[in-house]
Amino acid sequence: MTAPFDAVAAILLIPVGAAALLAALPNYKMSAGLNVAASFLTLLAALSLFITDRPQPGQYLLVDDLNIVFIVLNTFVGFTTSVFSASYIAHELDTGRLTAPNLRFYHAMYQIMMLGMNLAFVSNNIGLMWVAVELATLTTVLMVGIYRTHEALEAAWKYFILGSVGIALALFGTILVYMAAQPVVGEGTNAMVWTVLIEQAARFDPALLNVAFVFLLLGYGTKVGLAPLHAWLPDAHAEGPTPISAVLSGLLLNVALYAVLRFKLLLAASPEAIAPGPLMVAMGLTSLIFAAFMLYRRRDIKRLFAYSSIEHMGIIVFAFGMGGPLANFAGLLHMVMHSLTKSAIFFAVGHIAQVKGTQKIADIRGLTETHPGLGWALVIGVVAIAGLPPLGIFMSEFLVVSSTFARQPLLAIPLVFGLLLAFGALLLRLTGVAFGEPRGSTAPVEASYVPMYSHLALVFGAGIYLPASLVTWFQHVADILG
Amino acid sequence: MNGLTFDIAHLLAGGLVLVSFMMLYQDRLFALINVFALHAVVLALSVAWQAYVQDAHHLYVTAAIALIFKAIVIPVGLHRIIQRIGIHRDIETAVGIGPTMLAGIGLVALSMVLMLRVTPEADPLAREDLAFALSIILLGLLVMVTRRNAVSQVVGFMSLENGLVLAATGAKGMPLVVEISVAFSILIAFIVIGVFLFRIRERFDSVDVGALDDYRGERR
Repeated sequence: MTAPFDAVAAILLIPVGAAALLAALPNYKMSAGLNVAASFLTLLAALSLFITDRPQPGQYLLVDDLNIVFIVLNTFVGFTTSVFSASYIAHELDTGRLTAPNLRFYHAMYQIMMLGMNLAFVSNNIGLMWVAVELATLTTVLMVGIYRTHEALEAAWKYFILGSVGIALALFGTILVYMAAQPVVGEGTNAMVWTVLIEQAARFDPALLNVAFVFLLLGYGTKVGLAPLHAWLPDAHAEGPTPISAVLSGLLLNVALYAVLRFKLLLAASPEAIAPGPLMVAMGLTSLIFAAFMLYRRRDIKRLFAYSSIEHMGIIVFAFGMGGPLANFAGLLHMVMHSLTKSAIFFAVGHIAQVKGTQKIADIRGLTETHPGLGWALVIGVVAIAGLPPLGIFMSEFLVVSSTFARQPLLAIPLVFGLLLAFGALLLRLTGVAFGEPRGSTAPVEASYVPMYSHLALVFGAGIYLPASLVTWFQHVADILG
Repeated sequence: MNGLTFDIAHLLAGGLVLVSFMMLYQDRLFALINVFALHAVVLALSVAWQAYVQDAHHLYVTAAIALIFKAIVIPVGLHRIIQRIGIHRDIETAVGIGPTMLAGIGLVALSMVLMLRVTPEADPLAREDLAFALSIILLGLLVMVTRRNAVSQVVGFMSLENGLVLAATGAKGMPLVVEISVAFSILIAFIVIGVFLFRIRERFDSVDVGALDDYRGERR
């Protein structure tokens, strides 16, 4: 096949090239611009996957209907975050929290992180996928600790240790999958190629696959932020730079989720292995309810939304665990909506924390009066994330709940309970922050409104009307997910 | 496979589990690091033996990485770091040595029961290796949770990683083993550099709840 332009190579090579350039560029304005440009080019390359011919799945790389959704979402949020990051970072430089060499490092790491995430999505090899997830983890650890404060270092260290243990367990699971595949597929690289594995999975030793899946779910589940393995997540979100909080919540959690889904498919293809669904349902529900309770005691605004991410990842894992066309559709939709909404919220929160000089919820009041642009963005974002109609998350949550009621009414009770709890906590916090008596600095803010409002517009649009072509695409992917 | 090659592989992998147990009762940092160096040497021997038995020459690279990097460079580096930034030489343990050893025995028994039961058809050598590897991984985790000191947590993580390398080399013909061991070495180098740069003397966790609230920015 002689494609004039190899989109897969582009989404991997653009970040590599950009990272090398960014590491060398001393001027932060130029490098912020280059970061945006590179992210935009990667997004274009990802979009071109829809129209160009797909490459044949090789031993290392694969493009199929499932991962295109993830890649496009990843590069889109990566691009908007880079736009937000440019204005955020300029302010950090002014206040002296970051220095120019810090920024050079930050921008280079941003592109390497994008490389790691894109590579994890397109890899057809479970070993390569593991390496890519490790790469993305390492770069985010470095960025979480970039402020060098005591709290930031503590957060980075905790993330590092928990993330490393998670990733070690995932590797053991990967080795076990190889052991299960090796007698059937034969030795060598083929026994790690996902497309080969899924074809032959029915003949693998089911007992070995079961054990492997438990390790993989625990390992990658740590990175998804599933309770009780979530301890790193709130700290990493709260103490790092806000653009990184946005990508952590919006993208990195999805990467780990994608890995779990791939292995879930593998298990589902083996008739004698345990059903992976109930395990995922249990972990999802635990995360949802646990995070919903934790939302009530938060006093730090970034931490609040970090717990909200745990809650939503719980819902998504629950939906995929339920399985079936409708629940999978709902899970996919929820994942996309959550990524868009949560990153928009973090964009708003980042500017708010900068202008108020604090992340404490008690010190942030009456935003709609003092900073209407940011305040209303936050209001829309929180209304969306809490699951109020007519926004997109309402629709996906409604689908999750209704499909659960239809199949397992008893499971729907804790699900709805958790959703309502979280809803109450978020609205409780929102009223003070957005409508209370104004407090703190009222200085005008140079915010970049485009990324957050474009995300919110998409979420709003999806809540009103989903294009038929998108629905058929998602339905098709939901069918693949079984 | 003839009896002797199998017995030697078995001896080396079992030796690795034994050295993991030795880590559990060290209460001095330098002693712990020395035991870790021994762990890495036994791992290097075990991997080299696997390379010889499986006739897989790329595994010699993994063995060399284990020997040079983990048995020499990292322990020497850690000794230097401890002296330079004045970390306490005693290890504060969260759980007493007796219960820790008992828990360790339980974990090894658990991994034997689990792995030997689910792999009845696998190659006997790989099967033993997997069971031993899981024991080493669990013992490494145990070291990490029972120690409060950052350096000993790092040592626990490194011994855990040695277990993973043992599992990966035991799985016959597994691709990317060398790449994965390189990736892990980079990860470990990052951790060690992190300890040094950020001068992490102790773990941050504290029994003092007030201090915890302060660190987490949750105090009113």
